[in-house]
Parts: sequence; C-alpha cells; structure tokens
Amino acid sequence: MTLAANHSNNLPANDVVLSAHHITKSFGNTHALKGVNFDVYHGQVTTLFGENGAGKSTLMKILSGVITPTSGEIILDGTPIHFHNANEARAHGISIIHQELSLAPNMNVRDNIFMGREIITNGSVDFAEEERQTRELMAELEEEIDPLTPVEELRLGQQQIIEIARAISQKSRILIMDEPTSALSAAEVEVLFKVIHDLTSKGVSIVYISHHLEEALLITDHAVVLRDGTMTAYAPRKDIDLEWIVRNMVGENFDLGSPPDGYQFGEVALKIEDLVITDPNGGNFNVVDKLSLEVKAGEVVCIYGLMGAGRSELMECIAGRFSAQSGTVFLGNEDISKLTIAERIRVGLALVPEDRQKDGLIQTMSVGQNLSLASITEFTKKLFTSTDTENTLVDNSIEAVTVKTSSANAAIGSLSGGNQQKVVIGKMLATNPKVLLLDEPSRGIDIGAKAEVFRLLSERAKEGLSVIYSTSEVAECLSIAHRIIVMHKGHISAEFDSTVSKEKIMAASGESVAH
Amino acid sequence: MSTTTQNKLATRSRDQSKKLDIGRLLLEGRAFFALIAIIIFFSFMSPYYFTLNNFLIMSSHVAIFGLLALGMLLVILNGGIDLSVGSTLGLCGVFAGYLMQGVNIEILGLTFYPSLWVVVVLTCVLGAAVGSVNGILIAYFKVPAFVATLGTMYVARGIALLITNGLTYNKLDGKAELGNTGFEWLGFNRLAGIPISVIVLIIVALLCGLVLSRTAFGRWLYASGGNESAANLSGVPVIRVKVLVYVISGICAALAGIVLASQLTSASPTAGTTYELTAIAAVVIGGAALTGGRGTVRGTILGALVIGYLSDGLVIIGVSAYWQTVFTGTVIVLAVLLNSLQYRSAGKSR
Repeated sequence: MTLAANHSNNLPANDVVLSAHHITKSFGNTHALKGVNFDVYHGQVTTLFGENGAGKSTLMKILSGVITPTSGEIILDGTPIHFHNANEARAHGISIIHQELSLAPNMNVRDNIFMGREIITNGSVDFAEEERQTRELMAELEEEIDPLTPVEELRLGQQQIIEIARAISQKSRILIMDEPTSALSAAEVEVLFKVIHDLTSKGVSIVYISHHLEEALLITDHAVVLRDGTMTAYAPRKDIDLEWIVRNMVGENFDLGSPPDGYQFGEVALKIEDLVITDPNGGNFNVVDKLSLEVKAGEVVCIYGLMGAGRSELMECIAGRFSAQSGTVFLGNEDISKLTIAERIRVGLALVPEDRQKDGLIQTMSVGQNLSLASITEFTKKLFTSTDTENTLVDNSIEAVTVKTSSANAAIGSLSGGNQQKVVIGKMLATNPKVLLLDEPSRGIDIGAKAEVFRLLSERAKEGLSVIYSTSEVAECLSIAHRIIVMHKGHISAEFDSTVSKEKIMAASGESVAH
Repeated sequence: MSTTTQNKLATRSRDQSKKLDIGRLLLEGRAFFALIAIIIFFSFMSPYYFTLNNFLIMSSHVAIFGLLALGMLLVILNGGIDLSVGSTLGLCGVFAGYLMQGVNIEILGLTFYPSLWVVVVLTCVLGAAVGSVNGILIAYFKVPAFVATLGTMYVARGIALLITNGLTYNKLDGKAELGNTGFEWLGFNRLAGIPISVIVLIIVALLCGLVLSRTAFGRWLYASGGNESAANLSGVPVIRVKVLVYVISGICAALAGIVLASQLTSASPTAGTTYELTAIAAVVIGGAALTGGRGTVRGTILGALVIGYLSDGLVIIGVSAYWQTVFTGTVIVLAVLLNSLQYRSAGKSR
C-alpha cells in the first residue's frame, strides 16, 4: 500500500496516511469520477487542481464520508475502510471545510463551532469553556470576532473563517479544505496560510482545493490534477509550475473549436451602464459595482471569473430576476431596466440560468412542455393553446438543439445532463431572443454535449444573436468568445480578445497574494 | 436511417410492454379501480345501493365535495394548500341566505330582494374576495399558504357566525311577488333526470379541465407548481397565477356553499366545517402530489366519488359513523402511500 510513497522518498514524514484507490462515482447517467487514485501525505499539503465539474468536490466528499463511492476503496493507515457518513470519517480524524458554508446563521459563533459536539460537564453544556476555546481559535486566526456574535451578522469572509475555525477545532489528522479562500481578503488568506503551516508542522495532513492557482502553489507540497473525473497528472511541488498545472487542467487534445468568424458584427444589442447590484442574499455589500458593458449583435462575449466574482448576479439582474441598485440596461435602444422577466423575454432577452435543476427545468413536466414553456403565448390563440402549433414548435426545438430523447412526451428526468441543458437552452432560443445570456451552461455536461452547445451558439451568433457566456473554464473562453471579459469582485478586471493566453486570463481573475 | 427506425420501433414496443404491465395499470388507475371495487362491494351488501336513484343522490352529495376539491386541485397543483374552503363555503351559504331574506337599507327605508341570479353572482364575488385575500397574503406578503388560509378559515367562520348571530336562515324559498324564488331549484331540481348540483359539478369540472390542458394559465399553473423559480425565469407570471388560483378556489367554495344551502333549504353558519379536509383527501386520492405540479381533474373527480360513494355506502349498510371516519382515514393514507410509489418510479422512467 505504501509503495507509491516509497519510490519518491523514504522519510517517515512522506508516509501516505490516506489513499484512495480506483474510486468511481456515478450520479445516474453522469460519471463524476472514473477511477481516481489519490494519496494524502503525513504533515503535508496536497492540492487538487481541476476545472469546475472535474470531480474535485465529489472526491473530497467521498474522502470525508459525506457520500459513498460507487466502487473503489479508501485506505487509512494501510487498512481499507468504509465510511457511511461524515461522523464516521470525523471519528477517524478526517474533517472537511465545505465549499458551501454549512453554518446555522441564526446561532452565534461559539454554538456554530461546537455544533453537534458540545462540551458537556456535569450533564450540561459548558458554555464558558466553549467560549474560551472559541476566543483562542479567533486569536489564532487573527480575527476580532466575538464568540457571541450571531453568524448572520458576519460578512461572508468572516463566515468562512468560522467554518475554518470549526474544522481546526476538531483537531483532525486530515483536514480537507474545499475552496477555503473564495471569500477571503488577501490579508485573511495570509493568516490562513500561516495556520496551515502550523498545522502541518504539528503533523496534520491538508488536502487543499482552490481555483487560485498561484495561491495554492505557495503552500502546496504535492499537486494532483483532475480532469473530467480522471486523474491526469501528479507531481511534487519542486517539479511543477503554473504552466504545468494549466496544461494538465485544461488539456490540449480536445479542441472545442474556435470562435465563429467570417461575418461582421451588427449594432450594439445590449448596453449596460454603471450597474450596481447589492447582495441579493441581504449582505451589505455590492456584488456588482459600477459595471458597464456593450455587446454587439452577433458577438460572443465570455465572462470569466471565479466563484463569487458576481457573474451570476450580473446575469440574473440583466434578465430581471432582481432589480439593480442603480444603473441602466438597454436592449437596442430600449431601456429595459424596469421591465419584468416576461417582458424582457418578449423584447428579446433570455437567460439560461446557472443551476438547471433549480432554476432551469420543471421536473414534473415532459421534455416538450419544458421546451415550450417560455413561448406559451406564441401558440395561444385568443384563450386556448394550439396543440398543432405547440407540437411544431417543440419538434423544431428538439431538432434545432439536437436533444436526444425518445419522444417529446418523455419525462425530463429521463434525459442525460447534457440533454437537459440543451432543453433549457432550446426553451430560451424558442423565444427568438436578440441577446442570450448563458450562466455556466457547460457545468456538469460532458465534452461532447459541450461541443454541440458551442456549435449551436456559433450558428446562432452568425445569424445575429448576441451571446454572453459566463464560465469558470478558461479553455471554453478561448474556443467560443470573440471577446473575453474577466470579472473579479464585481468589477471588470481585464478585457482580452480571443488571441490571449490561458495564463493571462487566469492571472486576471484571482488576487495576488503578497509574499 | 434504418437504425433510427429500429430505435423508434424499439421505443414503441417498449411503451406497449409498459402499458401491458398490470401492476403499473393498477397503480395509475388506482382511484378508478377503487371506485369500481367500492361499487361492487356495496352492491352485494345492499340491494338499494346499485340503483340509478341512489347513484344520483350520492352524486349530489359528491357535488359539494367535488366543487371544493376542484378548487383545491388548482391550489395544490400550484404547490399550496387552502384550508379556508370549508369556512368560505359556510360564509357564502350564509351570505346567500342573508340576501334571500332581503337586504334592509335603513336610510332609504327600503328592503331589497335581489333576484336569484344576483344572489348567485354576489355570493361568488364574496368567495372570490376571500380567495383574493388568501392569494395576496401568500403571493405578495409571502405568508406560508398553510398559515394564511388557516387564518382566513377562522375569520370567515367567525364572520358567518356574526352575520346570523349563530342562528340558521331557514326560509330561503323566496316569494313569487318579490321575484326571488327558485333558490331550492339548485338543490332539488333535475335536468333530464340529473340533479342540478351534479350538472354544476360537471360544468365546473369541464371548465377546469379545459383551463388546465388548453390554456396558457393552465400550463403556467403546472409549471409554477413544479418549479416556481424555473417558471419565473421562463417568464411565467408566478405571482399573478398564485393569486388567481386562490380566487378560483374561493369561487368554487362559494358555488359549493350555494348548492349546499339550496339542498338543505337552510343556510347555517357552521356548514362545511372540516370539508376542506375532505376536499384535500379527494385531491390526494385522485393522485395529485401535495408538493405541486402533478394532478388531474379526472383524478380529483374520481377521488371525490371514492370518498362520497364509500361514506354513503357505509351509511346504507348501517355501519356506524365512527367506523366511517376510520375507513375514510385509511383510504387517504393508502392513497398517499401509492402516490409516493408512483412518483418515485416516475422520476426516472416513464
């Protein structure tokens, strides 16, 4: 079992404490992991690189017992082990900081940190001791947060600190950190790295996931790269650089094509001026700050950025899901800032939302009914819908976006992820939009489906459709976009044409850590 | 080319094999088969059960629940619940009775006797008003449907009691010289041998069916019940749909109130107590999902018939009222069990 470790170094510190062998995980028709091997070394940081949907989070959830693998085994200290839930993994000294915060916002910092493992003395909770330990943790993390503050009153970055504090306080041997820095400021990241160094010197093993590549390179000892559910590369820190990571993450073999060309752009189709959006979840900050953007007819613009850069909020605001604090949105010459979603769809602006299960599909309806949902008024004559017109519309849509389905009456749940995504795109295309917004449309769909979506968008762009495409996969930008806009913390941090390098785009999206 | 044809043939034959699957057939048509079983059972138990006259009488009982259940179906399809329909029924019955007694306008020193059609229309307007209060609370003020309609349930019942001071209006016949006769016509008369109340139910059911299957509103209703956020982003006016759904439920309750008052030729402020639960039961037995987005008019009518024919059958064979409650409860739980079975399997394959 320790063979893998022995060939590189014989120091005891290089012992593999936890390793995953041939792990696979399938969700219905989608294969998130296809036989992954993964080692965690004693007292060292192993970083997992990969694009969205590469399977990083799934693998971490398996290691921490949150989900069980379809096949494969996990070996802890040389013995195979099966976790049925996160508590069992925690009992073996493995804990995880999830990408999504898992705090109870109504409770205070102390109670959140000790949730589920309260300190009991004489049959009752020892709040004083809990509070003392919480203060210690906060001091260690250099945060001035009172243990009795309700978590909902903290800003997102501080909440993430609490999440980290909770994991540290469990005194785990193996600590998994899934994007722990996405909401942290540069100073907070530095403190976190200091804490990570302390932990590793005490013999704690860290598994680290981050989209900030440079940042991760600062602390990691080993790098593992995942792509489409398979491990594509492994190397210790001394053998790698940024270029190596990007090359292995993105891959060079599969070409998704190049941006559509051979035609002239038309007039400005969408114009955004000084758009300010406050946090729709009630936070007291702007997720999009004074952003201006113009997109011409026929142009494909990619918005690249990390999680929390404000891309989704920007798109949903343009589509009318919530109103902006200030600023205007013009479609052609018409000010659409005050229109409802339905009115915006009617004048020619449509959104393919980020989360297709939650915001895209009606699970109780058939493929056809989903496809025709946004254009019901098109086939309603006086009072009643026309079955013939609807069927024609549905058949055309199925053909146009090449949905693979047994029939228009099939349940939407019977389709694969890629085909479900095509249904959502087809639904919005059926409204004949002038501008189509797509928020991470390639999330969780396979490479073939992705290529088909790109082909479809290219065709429509040639016919004059303006496409705004948000993504966190840099290769996608280069193969579809005429223009690439990088968003960072609510601002446009850079703008490139399609000849830019992957590294430049990535560099513009993250913050640099001062060292 | 040939492979696609083969694929099509394959899917078609697979569809057919599914249709032949007896278990599936029984599961999907469970309300219908339950109804047949009930009719057969009681026909053996009592010679009076399987007669045309009995069926018509039982159906006129079903009409009350059926009307409430149709309104409830729309609400449940939208992912909500309407606990106020029983009280709205009572309030509307009393209001109709009040109008039939004559409206005394003291300033003018006159007493108004609105004609029957005016009474019916005004009562429906009242039902719609109660429904719109529900709808506005739920859609605009985001009050959970359960709580909002629970509140209206109490308020409507209280107002009904206040109007009559707890008494019952008995004289609803009207007077020929006042031009407001005919109230009992709704409850007692028959057209071509069919009770008017049953005809009202059939008309409302057909209207609901048409609205659900052939109008934009119907599609919006299913969509926003299935996934409100996705429907919203597809341009469905989810707020307006929600309000309208409760308004329609209120109108259905008003109609049921008029029919009940007319059948009894009296309007009691306590009429329709707990009927909202019977209506919910009918919808659920009819295969609708309480989570919204799934359900049909046909199923709901079958559900109402199952409940009505079962409880009337138990009365006819002389089973005690206490046992009736036990049976009804059992049927409801069984129905929900089967619903979850069906929707679990429908998730992946259909």
